[in-house]
Amino acid sequence: MTVRDTDWDGVRLHVVTGKGGTGKTTVAAALALALAHAGRKVLLIEAEGRQGIARLFDRPPLPYAERKIAIGPGEAHDGRGAGGDVYALAIDPEGALLDYLQMFYGMRSAGVALGRLGMVDFATTIAPGLGDVLVTGKATEATRRRQPGSATGFAYDAVVLDAPPTGRIGRFLNVSAEVSGLAKVGPVRTHADSVANVIKSPQTAVHFVCTLEEMPVQETLDGIAEIRAVHGMQVGGIMINMARTAKLSRQELKAQPDLAVMAAALGAAGLYDADALAAALAEEVSEHARHIELADRERTELEAAGQPIYELPLIAEGIDLAALHKLAAELRDQGAA
Amino acid sequence: MSAQNPRLDIDRIIEDRRTRIIVCCGSGGVGKTTTAAAIGLRAADHGRQVCVLTVDPARRLAQSMGLTSLDNTPRLVDGVDEESGGSLHAMMLDMKRTFDEIVEAHADPGRATQILANPFYQSLSSSFAGTQEYMAMEKLGQLRRSDEWDLIVVDTPPSRSALDFLDAPERLGRFLDGRLIKVLTAPVKAGRPFGRVINAGFSVMTGAMTKLLGGQLLRDAQTFITAFDTVFGGFRERADATYRLLQAPGTSFLVIATPEPDALREASYFVERLAEERMPLAGLILNRVHTAGGSQLSAARSLAAAETLETAYPSGEVRADSPAAYPAAALTAAALRLHAERMMLGERERRVAGSFMSTHPAVPVIEVPALPEDVHDLAGLRRVGGAFA
Repeated sequence: MTVRDTDWDGVRLHVVTGKGGTGKTTVAAALALALAHAGRKVLLIEAEGRQGIARLFDRPPLPYAERKIAIGPGEAHDGRGAGGDVYALAIDPEGALLDYLQMFYGMRSAGVALGRLGMVDFATTIAPGLGDVLVTGKATEATRRRQPGSATGFAYDAVVLDAPPTGRIGRFLNVSAEVSGLAKVGPVRTHADSVANVIKSPQTAVHFVCTLEEMPVQETLDGIAEIRAVHGMQVGGIMINMARTAKLSRQELKAQPDLAVMAAALGAAGLYDADALAAALAEEVSEHARHIELADRERTELEAAGQPIYELPLIAEGIDLAALHKLAAELRDQGAA
Repeated sequence: MSAQNPRLDIDRIIEDRRTRIIVCCGSGGVGKTTTAAAIGLRAADHGRQVCVLTVDPARRLAQSMGLTSLDNTPRLVDGVDEESGGSLHAMMLDMKRTFDEIVEAHADPGRATQILANPFYQSLSSSFAGTQEYMAMEKLGQLRRSDEWDLIVVDTPPSRSALDFLDAPERLGRFLDGRLIKVLTAPVKAGRPFGRVINAGFSVMTGAMTKLLGGQLLRDAQTFITAFDTVFGGFRERADATYRLLQAPGTSFLVIATPEPDALREASYFVERLAEERMPLAGLILNRVHTAGGSQLSAARSLAAAETLETAYPSGEVRADSPAAYPAAALTAAALRLHAERMMLGERERRVAGSFMSTHPAVPVIEVPALPEDVHDLAGLRRVGGAFA
């Protein structure tokens, strides 16, 4: 049996963005787990130093190093064999700067001295575009990295980047535009161009995490338009997160519940004070109906964007490793990975 | 859920005429802008002359307050209770313009033109990280000094971290004051004594920087920094003044969080940081809390009853002669499952919020219930504000 097609075959760098509070890091982690099947090796990168990945996987804070943090789902029963590996890396601009100096010039010690002089402040404060180039540079380097002897020739089969929020994503990814005002020629420019070669290619897709609420949906649509406007950049899927599954059909939600009948049912189920309970439940049902109606409206807005949509359920108990695996399975089932 | 924490009395804060600044902070996506607007409107309805300074409002919220353009000027918002004698202005921060104005105010025209045209300045003044926070604080200082309003409510920028806006002025200051500047400007200021900056490592350093940045970039940086040097004294003074303003007794910080682990972790850092900086924390607004509806029936009992109904009446009917057109048992079971989900969500939120509160038992807290719809008009803002009563 061969590995089935997914919606993003050919994509090796998955950039995950989303409005604050939509669960961007959670979805990025679930996507990395979903991609790590059949012996595949996936790198999950955190771009904004909040150590959210370490917390999700219940690990101590991640250093600036690629560490194995999880094993993907094994699926021996359908012939796809054992699970793969998820590695994680937390990038901070200072580490990325030292790495860059080491990688291209073998000048790590000079880099450390620069760090002491405030070079990192320089890169992140005075010229934030430079900081972004360093971070995207590390992600694209990992994407392109070769490893002789591996099945594909690459060190990682996929890289998932937990990127900055939607409001900043266009700027963050459009590195060559960002530095072109600063560096028309020179090494920074060359570096930015090589980063852009990966980001503006079919091997990169930008996924948007969203909840079915007005502001996140609007930001997602704006963000999609922004990415589409940049030649060569590819919009990926829309991951609707924390979706409240409709417990009742649309028809049932519309019907006025008959309180007497509901009370009879509650009484039959052995609950006391059935009349008051029926009234309270009916009120909750009508609130739920309003919520679902609003969510349906927002979903229609998202559908108009014409990108594949994946829906991840709200996990009322909170996100732990088991929940991440559940979300990863959803993403696999729906064809995202 | 906040048995031991005192209740945050927002009405008392906005009615107290000594309160001159309210800073709303918290991580992204917790409803800072809406909360700031709701507080501003409520204060205006209570007779205060309010200006809400917002950084990046959602389009429809901005429209509801009559903000159509990013023009850096406070605009009067219609619809405030006139009998109260209060008024509400709102403005969106134009970060680049604010920065340009500072440069123009502190440099002679020739030098100002030189700075404004420099590619480094352009990147710095229009970029997102750091500058926005700094300019928000700068604008706050300007509004406060103008003394046109007796209450300013500021919504902090959507930083990656809730703390960025406190750190940005200092980071910019540290950089502009720092040794790197001296190294960068040294070749330009040739002829001046270099002091200890020039040492054995110097040539290694400039070599590294030339390789990293390229010669042209380095030259632009040098020109920018040399020109900016003269402006910087005033810059530093203003940043210090704004910082002191934030520590003054007329300022109240409100930390906003949703009952989610990440948002409350940020809130926790923030509460601790404010204490360290001697900044006056008024309390925590726990936003978008899912409250129980009319029934407190537990999730466990609710699920058990749903299961009973589903097993006892697999066809979904309780009474065949029911006038209702739907299968009553199935609907009731679904309603019970819905209720159970709501109770579980509430339970989890209480657990998450409880751990914040037991760590910070002295921080006053108020809960604002989740609204089914986004707020995009004054009526909606008043509904949010109603939770402060």
